Amino acid sequence: MAVATKSEKIQRLAELTAVSETSTGASLWREAFRRLKSSKMAIVGAVIIVLFVLVAVVGPFLAPYSPSAQTWRNEVFPNQGKFVGARDGNWFGLDHLGRDLFSRMLVGARQTLLVGIVATLIGLVAGFLIGIVSGAAATLGGDTGRRVDSVIMRFIDMMLALPSLLLAVSIAAVMGQSLTTVMIAVGVVQVPVFARLLRGSMLAQGNADYVLAAQSLGVRKRRIVLSQILPNSLSPVIVQATLSLATAIIEAAALSYLGLGNPDPAIPEWGVMLAQAQRFFSYAPAMAVYPAVGIIITALGFTLLGEAMREALDPKLRG
Amino acid sequence: MSLLELDGVKVHFPIKKGVLFDRTVGHVYAVDGVSLKVEAGETYGLVGESGCGKTTLGRSVLRLVDITEGSVVLDGTDLAKLPGEEMRRFRRRLQMVFQDPLGSLNPRQNIESILSEGMIAHGIGKDQEERREKIKAILDKVGLPSNALARYPHEFSGGQRQRIGIARALVLEPDVIICDEPVSALDVSVQAQVINLLEELQEELGLTYLVIAHDLAVVRHISDTIGVMYLGSLVEEAPSDALYAEPKHPYTKALMSAVPVPDPEVEDKRERILLTGDLPSPANPPSGCRFHTRCPWAQAERCATERPQLRDIGGGHRVACHYAEDIASGKLSLNQGEVVPATREGVDDTPEQDAEAEDAPAKVPAQAEKVSEDEKPATAEKVSEDEKPATAEKVSEDEKPATAEKVSEDEKPATAEKVSEDEKPAAAEKVAEADEESEKAV
Repeated sequence: MAVATKSEKIQRLAELTAVSETSTGASLWREAFRRLKSSKMAIVGAVIIVLFVLVAVVGPFLAPYSPSAQTWRNEVFPNQGKFVGARDGNWFGLDHLGRDLFSRMLVGARQTLLVGIVATLIGLVAGFLIGIVSGAAATLGGDTGRRVDSVIMRFIDMMLALPSLLLAVSIAAVMGQSLTTVMIAVGVVQVPVFARLLRGSMLAQGNADYVLAAQSLGVRKRRIVLSQILPNSLSPVIVQATLSLATAIIEAAALSYLGLGNPDPAIPEWGVMLAQAQRFFSYAPAMAVYPAVGIIITALGFTLLGEAMREALDPKLRG
Repeated sequence: MSLLELDGVKVHFPIKKGVLFDRTVGHVYAVDGVSLKVEAGETYGLVGESGCGKTTLGRSVLRLVDITEGSVVLDGTDLAKLPGEEMRRFRRRLQMVFQDPLGSLNPRQNIESILSEGMIAHGIGKDQEERREKIKAILDKVGLPSNALARYPHEFSGGQRQRIGIARALVLEPDVIICDEPVSALDVSVQAQVINLLEELQEELGLTYLVIAHDLAVVRHISDTIGVMYLGSLVEEAPSDALYAEPKHPYTKALMSAVPVPDPEVEDKRERILLTGDLPSPANPPSGCRFHTRCPWAQAERCATERPQLRDIGGGHRVACHYAEDIASGKLSLNQGEVVPATREGVDDTPEQDAEAEDAPAKVPAQAEKVSEDEKPATAEKVSEDEKPATAEKVSEDEKPATAEKVSEDEKPATAEKVSEDEKPAAAEKVAEADEESEKAV
């Protein structure tokens, strides 16, 4: 056999083991997005969310009547059990004060979306910061770091140990009745969830070989955390954030229902509307059905998208 | 003056217990006093069973694990005493190639980004353009197309990934590369490619390697000097050919006798030494000579009380055995364990699979290997009553959690040497390693 030169040998190695030349780099994020696009669940969820956001943004301009004007108060007598159901001009009927329910639903979507997003953001941002400090300390901080981590985690455990609704009610009780209170209360309850999730995910990545490899390359610790560990730990947090939007809306509705939400009845919000409708449920169930169905469909949309994202981001399902 | 000198390196992992306050209840003596020298431009091979501390030793050189005691001197600088930031900068001269090619590459970074990471950390190249030129040159050297830059690790084959790992080490222009089981996760055919590549790069760039492996053939092929480790310390060190021609330490003898010879006539006459007992726990190593509990030549005095130091017995051959000369001259005879014809165990344990493994080791699929592994305990138990010494170690395998054994088995591809090592207490050793890791986790 002829003796091949070194460069020929290497060339041959390259040819033998090469993956097809046409393939262009596809990052894991891009592949996850491709999988997401082909998932029916994600599409249904996304459509619901887009509709909801659309209503929240343009709804107040489309509303046929003012949501707070008691235009038909002479036709509704809650004391006598006399209500007005769906009819021409008032497609969802009137509420107990003679206001147009359809207009109130359209305008209320914005408040509901706001509560969901702001509450989740509060939980996400605070939880993320705590989680990243704790996770970084535990993976790269050595003995001192592990001690810092366990102090933070015991604190988080304390928060987790409180029943979430009780915690939210106490916060609302301390801060008084307002929409901001509801957002903060719902958000604070999410903090330990995000913190634990991110820390756990970072801890799992911290043992990976590529982190060791980065250390042996001499990469600075801060950069290892930010460019190596963190990007690989984000998937569960993103999924959780999407799912949280659904639970935040429901929890905000629950707090409003308990009477801790916005005290001003003039500003409609689905949770508050539901709470108000409860008193008249036996006479006018429709008054409760519209906001309830609105909340359920919205929560369903976020849940569907969240579940689809979980599947798309799970590397074990990669194929 | 050697390029890299290790002197009395010890790495002890504390075993901690306690709910609120950690209490140190003992240590795992992963590396317990290793001294060796690696000359510039040479390849030093480190062999030993899993769990003997060779990987920990490799990592301690880079200070990826804390060194408990001893010094690691690279070119006159003691790395064990360098403060954090200086050590970080010093890592440019010492690089590492990892065992798992996929696991050691960040799945969310493309190749360009992976290879730039080290250059950015050390301020090599003033902008991305300059770095890209350098990366392209290195990719060419390791035999990867330059269009690999934009692609991600999961888009490459195992051999290509390992070449990316090598390229990552090379961009920093290190003096020493520590290869931790560089080919054990690869197919046999690809192993040869990667090993040849490592050798070519050494010739071209004058690199110094510290190769850690459990694969005796690989180590023999690539190394100038070989050190054999057992339970955290070196038991023998010699130039490659001398070690294979005439192993002096009882442990090395047993290890070498496990390698099948690809010549049926020689193989028929070959004898192998079977060791009795398990690998002792590195958390509780035996007194005196670490190997005396399993050594076929163990003597009543000295072995259990006095720890032998590595001593030169001529020709650069260093052995840590009190009786190396006596064993070599045949003055001492076996008093435990057994020397058996290499082919005999095939008849004993699992006739079909083992016979096949002996004849065509490279072709044995991982499946067959696992099957034989599963069948062994049952067979061993039956045989053990009349065939005590030969099967004793296999019976002990039963006591180990079967899952740990299989998981670690799955990670390694079947290679010629693996097959033969499996007959030895390899499985038990892997469990020991798993134990060690779980202890670390605690």
